[in-house]
Amino acid sequence: MESHKRLHLKTFLMIGIMVLAGPLGNVLLGKGMKTIGPVTATSPADVLHLLARVLTTGYIWMGIASLLTFFLAYMLVLSWADYSFVQPSSAFSYVVVATLSVVLLGEVVSPLRWLGIAIICLGVFVVGRTRPSTTENR
Amino acid sequence: MREVIFFALIVVAGTSGELCVSRAMKETGEVHDFRPLAILKVVLRAMRVKWTWIGVGLMTIGFFSLLGILSFENVSLVVPVTALSYVVGALGGRFFLGERVNRRRLLGIALVCVGVTLVVLGKR
Repeated sequence: MESHKRLHLKTFLMIGIMVLAGPLGNVLLGKGMKTIGPVTATSPADVLHLLARVLTTGYIWMGIASLLTFFLAYMLVLSWADYSFVQPSSAFSYVVVATLSVVLLGEVVSPLRWLGIAIICLGVFVVGRTRPSTTENR
Repeated sequence: MREVIFFALIVVAGTSGELCVSRAMKETGEVHDFRPLAILKVVLRAMRVKWTWIGVGLMTIGFFSLLGILSFENVSLVVPVTALSYVVGALGGRFFLGERVNRRRLLGIALVCVGVTLVVLGKR
């Protein structure tokens, strides 16, 4: 009974990390790219210059680290929990990314966009509640 | 127009990349042993499958396209719109991997499309 409880706790902890680290990674990438400014590369030299700026921006590396944390938590939780349980739970990350965009980047999210994000979450949740494998009986 | 190209690259290249990696992993074989050495062997085996490299290349294009669009568009627009990858994923799963896409999954995908439309219309 105790180990069952611990497994639940471990699963929700990992999903919590996923739902925070994934969106945070995207927000940090957004912050990093905004400091670089709109991409306008027209020649190979421009592309190299842009790449150098991207790779020397701290926020980009923090974003990549956050996305790697998400990926690690995702892989770990999938090693003991069902994909069909984990995937719908991650649908919530679309709300988290919008919330973090408002709080950390000062973006303005219109009511219509919030409605759209809620419907996307519902859609991702419905997709996740289907059977993860459909080809085993062929 | 620039946004459309970036979104197309993120969704199509990113998802195609994932489909290629999925195909590569199916060719590599199911993983049963999760000890570090066994996982390393699986990775090395996967690296000999051409689909792995095509997949990684496409996913790289998808990632840099994401960085590109984030340089001029809001995160609260970009990330929700990339949920369209569920549509490309379902189509790819059906036609590239031979998976079955049932009604419930189609309903979810339709909801994602409606949501993305509202997110784009909600731009201000």
